[in-house]
Amino acid sequence: MATVYIKQAWLVLILAIVFAAALACIQAGLSPRIEANKRNETYDQIPVLVPGADQAATEEWATDDGKIAYKAVSADGEAVGWVIKGAGQGFADKIELLIGLDAEATRITGLFVLEQKETPALGSKIADKSDPWFRDQFEGKSAAEDIAVTKASPVEGTNQVAAISGATISSEAVSDIVNDAVKEFRDRINDLTPMSQE
Amino acid sequence: MASDGPTPLERFLNGILPENPVYRQLLGMCPTLAVTGNMKAAMTMSAAVLFVLVCANIIISLIRNLLKPHLRIVVFVLTIATFVSIADRLLAAFLYDMSKELGPYIPLIIVNCIIICRCEVCASKQSIPTAVADAVGQSIGFALALASIAGIREILGTGQWFGLTVLGKDWWPAWGIMVLPPGAFITLGFLLGGANWLGSLGRPKTAAAA
Repeated sequence: MATVYIKQAWLVLILAIVFAAALACIQAGLSPRIEANKRNETYDQIPVLVPGADQAATEEWATDDGKIAYKAVSADGEAVGWVIKGAGQGFADKIELLIGLDAEATRITGLFVLEQKETPALGSKIADKSDPWFRDQFEGKSAAEDIAVTKASPVEGTNQVAAISGATISSEAVSDIVNDAVKEFRDRINDLTPMSQE
Repeated sequence: MASDGPTPLERFLNGILPENPVYRQLLGMCPTLAVTGNMKAAMTMSAAVLFVLVCANIIISLIRNLLKPHLRIVVFVLTIATFVSIADRLLAAFLYDMSKELGPYIPLIIVNCIIICRCEVCASKQSIPTAVADAVGQSIGFALALASIAGIREILGTGQWFGLTVLGKDWWPAWGIMVLPPGAFITLGFLLGGANWLGSLGRPKTAAAA
């Protein structure tokens, strides 16, 4: 029996092996470039997320178990804030965020969406480049307490942000990711040590 | 090459108008609706389809005499999936912003019926030059169809074409719905209707009914 199957399927098997090898080569060849693209995307956002930061002066800090934070430094060498990454489940798929914090990690200074596959024209508004009103709401919010999403208009001076209409789950996913990432960062800010630059 | 079926030139020309993948075969509707919000995305998608279709047609044509009838679809899908993954990685490496904008629609080329249709109809039966001509013709047809829809949607929806302003912000209200999913269905419906009407003009009435 086995020979019958091999006679039938040898072409599929050989193609599978050849294609897998080809894909492995492509992945190995291109992944440094793709990683560099992602890294540049993060670095380009640092001056936007933390006012006064100089992109070239950015330092990478990490905990012993590999949690990375970007220390935003101004052109004259003064620490002006932090940029951290947060990720979590959105409505459709994983959402990856960059969160800007001030130097003492007491206030959020900016929010950027690195990765999202939310519903186009609804949840995807979390990443809208031309109209960032949703992300702008996070600016200036306290990092000490959780941010809450409301469907009504948010109360001035509290940590409330308005949900995107039609995309409450995406909005809540973003605020949950921000809350978790900020909390973890604040708990562990003293564990961070500078990484050696290559 | 005494293989039966249309010549390379016929295959090439057929793909552009007489057998246009979108307007005649109604294949590849997912990208046709999903990534025609602006010209840049539509043309990137077309280029990715061109790459995948040409490569898949070459490989399938190359091994066409080894194919077992009941395993051919497995081989098609395997081949297409490989080249789609390569296209996806190439975009992520060299056109990172576009890769992010197109998101899942590049991996979804795997289930784009145009490609498996061309493998089945042409590449698995005809020589490599014919298969390549077929792939290029069909891809140009696909690109033209996407350009027609994306052009209308981007101009009416944002007043721009390829990101360049063609309708001034002062007097064009930018119909937001055109870049949203309903705009895709509306545009495709009108254009398909128009294409069918144009096609029916050349034919006598009885033939049109058949």
